[in-house]
Amino acid sequence: MPTLSLHDVRKSFGGNRVLDGIDLTVRTGEMICLIGASGSGKSTLLRCMNLLEPIDDGRILLDGADISEPGLDPQPIRARIGMVFQSYNLFPHMSALDNVMLAPRRVRGLTREALRGPCAALFERFGLSDRMAHYPDQLSGGQQQRVAIIRALAMEPEIMLFDEITSALDPELVGEVLDVLRDLRGTGMTMVLATHEMGFARDLADRICFLDQGRICEEGPPSEIFSRPREARTRAFLSRVLQGGMAG
Amino acid sequence: MSAPTRRQIFETRQRRRANGIAAASTCAVLVSVVLLVPLAPGWEAVQRSFFNAEVFANTFPGLLNAFLLDVAIFAWCAPLIAALGLLVALARDLRTPALYPVRLLAIAYTDVFRGLPVILVIYLIGFGIPGLGLPRPWNSPYIWGSLALILVYAAYVAEVIRSGIESIHQSQRAAALSLGLSGADTMRFVILPQALRRVVPANMNLFVALQKDVALLSFIGPVEIFRQAGVYKSLMANFTPYVGAAIIFLAITIPATRYADYLMNITRRTQS
Amino acid sequence: MTLRATSAFCLALCGLGVAAQAQDSCASGKTLTEDTLTIATGNPAYYPWVMNDAPESGEGFEAAVAYALAAEMGFSAEQVRWVRTSFDQSIQPGAKDFDINLQQFSITEEREKMVDFSIPYYSSAMAVLTTQRVIDEGATATIDSLKGLLWGADANTTAVPMLTGLIDPARAPLLYGDNTDVTAAMQAGQIDAALFDLPTALYLSAVVLNDGAILGQFPADRSDNPDQFGMLMEEGSALKECVDAALTRLTESGQLAEIEAEWLSQTTGVPVIE
Ligand SMILES: Nc1ncnc2c1ncn2[C@@H]1O[C@H](COP(=O)(O)OP(=O)(O)OP(=O)(O)O)[C@@H](O)[C@H]1O
Ligand SMILES: [Mg+2]
Repeated sequence: MPTLSLHDVRKSFGGNRVLDGIDLTVRTGEMICLIGASGSGKSTLLRCMNLLEPIDDGRILLDGADISEPGLDPQPIRARIGMVFQSYNLFPHMSALDNVMLAPRRVRGLTREALRGPCAALFERFGLSDRMAHYPDQLSGGQQQRVAIIRALAMEPEIMLFDEITSALDPELVGEVLDVLRDLRGTGMTMVLATHEMGFARDLADRICFLDQGRICEEGPPSEIFSRPREARTRAFLSRVLQGGMAG
Repeated sequence: MSAPTRRQIFETRQRRRANGIAAASTCAVLVSVVLLVPLAPGWEAVQRSFFNAEVFANTFPGLLNAFLLDVAIFAWCAPLIAALGLLVALARDLRTPALYPVRLLAIAYTDVFRGLPVILVIYLIGFGIPGLGLPRPWNSPYIWGSLALILVYAAYVAEVIRSGIESIHQSQRAAALSLGLSGADTMRFVILPQALRRVVPANMNLFVALQKDVALLSFIGPVEIFRQAGVYKSLMANFTPYVGAAIIFLAITIPATRYADYLMNITRRTQS
Repeated sequence: MTLRATSAFCLALCGLGVAAQAQDSCASGKTLTEDTLTIATGNPAYYPWVMNDAPESGEGFEAAVAYALAAEMGFSAEQVRWVRTSFDQSIQPGAKDFDINLQQFSITEEREKMVDFSIPYYSSAMAVLTTQRVIDEGATATIDSLKGLLWGADANTTAVPMLTGLIDPARAPLLYGDNTDVTAAMQAGQIDAALFDLPTALYLSAVVLNDGAILGQFPADRSDNPDQFGMLMEEGSALKECVDAALTRLTESGQLAEIEAEWLSQTTGVPVIE
């Protein structure tokens, strides 16, 4: 059953065409990795999926319903789709627990008491039980990013979008965040990731989409994309990024 | 405590030296002021007019008493200024087309009231509106004078708060919206708490200025400290009461400004 | 060299010539500028003290007194120079830019510690300025009725202590920087009544206020501590003696009373407050 599908999605900023006819279907339980050069439109694509950016043309369907309809209230849709950002974007004036509880309380109308148990369980699951009362600036980058993931999960989303969530981390902290993604993958969460972690993408993704100049230039299972890329541009991109990264 | 490190010993010695030099030069300047100024030919006359101990002693208690009115006016204006300033700042941020007139009004309001001298607004509102024929007590200069202060200062506060709102990075809004929060909740729980915290020092400075401008209300009748000092000046043909008033103002405003600077430094440090 | 000596001689001669005009040498050498009497008035100067804000015309009570005094002291009308000062300028320390200053300064003991005053040239009644509306609402010329009103006054005048001394109102008075603001507040209904010297009150009531009225007066001769106007001079002024002597002569000759009758005649007929 298809969960989220994009049809001929287009988006420009001023005269700059950033998404130029994207067709993509995300199936339930699937993990898709978006790869591509900087500026190829990965972040924009994720933001459009979450309705943070309105699209110019095309459609986005969630469980068959058109969510890209102009004038539609985006709020309930966003509540069903979680998103985690490269720069964590925790709310600095709230403790980790309050960061996590804010949206469930305001959007889903749950009380602190009702949320305490499930939230504590999430912190426990990602190894942060002793950090619930800490403020973001008292946490390491890796811990902050894990709290951001917990915050998105607390809304019990149907799909999770991750935008280069390890790019801002010190190398030794990347592992702990990737472990979280592995854990989520194990639970069957539907996920779309923009990532530069080629090794991770190859090991875990169901499908890889290579974005180039606002189009999906090539897509397929990792084994195909990484071992036998069909397009010359995919080959050029991979040879460029794999030189250093993949070896280690 | 453990034994001081080599660096600590060095820094202590440096600090002591610097303090010594600073103290010596300050003393030199003070001594020369204290010795030289009285040598000026008009000093005696100035002293009798501005620094007259007898007049000071006679008027200071009355001035302190009048200052209570300044404090009271400040006390009822400040919260209203904060509330109106916040409302206007939020109105300027409205993006709903239906509410465009509200936004326009907020922009016009801040432009007009920041562009006028406070005393002019006090005259216009303090005498003008009651002149329309309001019955007592609704024509009181306390009400309309305070309103004038509130209107002017809320315009400044609104601008400060708006700059605070704009200084919060877009990514915070994106993060809140991506969680499904409404625009209003995003503002209320995510943007505003951060923005307000950030502009505390700037607002502190505004409120120090307000404390001084409360004296302008005396132009339309209330006998607060500035007017009381003027009455004493007139009765005694002596300016010393103004010096007394200045001392009372400084006793409030210097600590307040210092505190604002201290907060400003803290904010700067935590942001960097 | 020769040229300079000649001009110096000429200057000395001219000086002598003018000095010769003076009948009274009392003031000579004591004024700011030799052979000129510099007199200060307010900025602006108000009716009926100075007519049309033009003291040079000699019209208005204080302008006329100034010229009479100057003549008595041996200065011709051409030798009188007018300057303008605010109240604050007239009491600030340092050299003054006037010899004498007339702008309804009330003589008080405390002020006399800081500046010199001549003997009084006018004893003013204090008058209650109000509006017809207040009178219609039942205010009468009795102390009891006055106590209940909301009072205003010009903060720079001795009306402030007089208000407490004569009336002692129930509510604290509102004070203003000048006459205009007092009348503005009265027009706005923020105050019921204000205390002024009688001539000023008459002027404000007749010319400035829309429905102004004088409720009554406290006559100067009935008061223990009447409001007396003196000419203000620098503390320790050498001129004081001449000014006082000239004023005494003007009073004794009846000339001062004539000037008062000419410019301040309407003051009779205002009811006296019991
Ligand atoms: N809000 C915006 N306004 C204008 N241009 C934008 C905006 N957001 C993105 N762009 C432009 O769109 C293009 C694609 O940006 P995007 O962030 O989607 O790329 P990306 O693939 O995520 O790159 P990276 O790997 O560096 O994150 C870039 O040229 C960028 O400058
Ligand atoms: Mg990106």
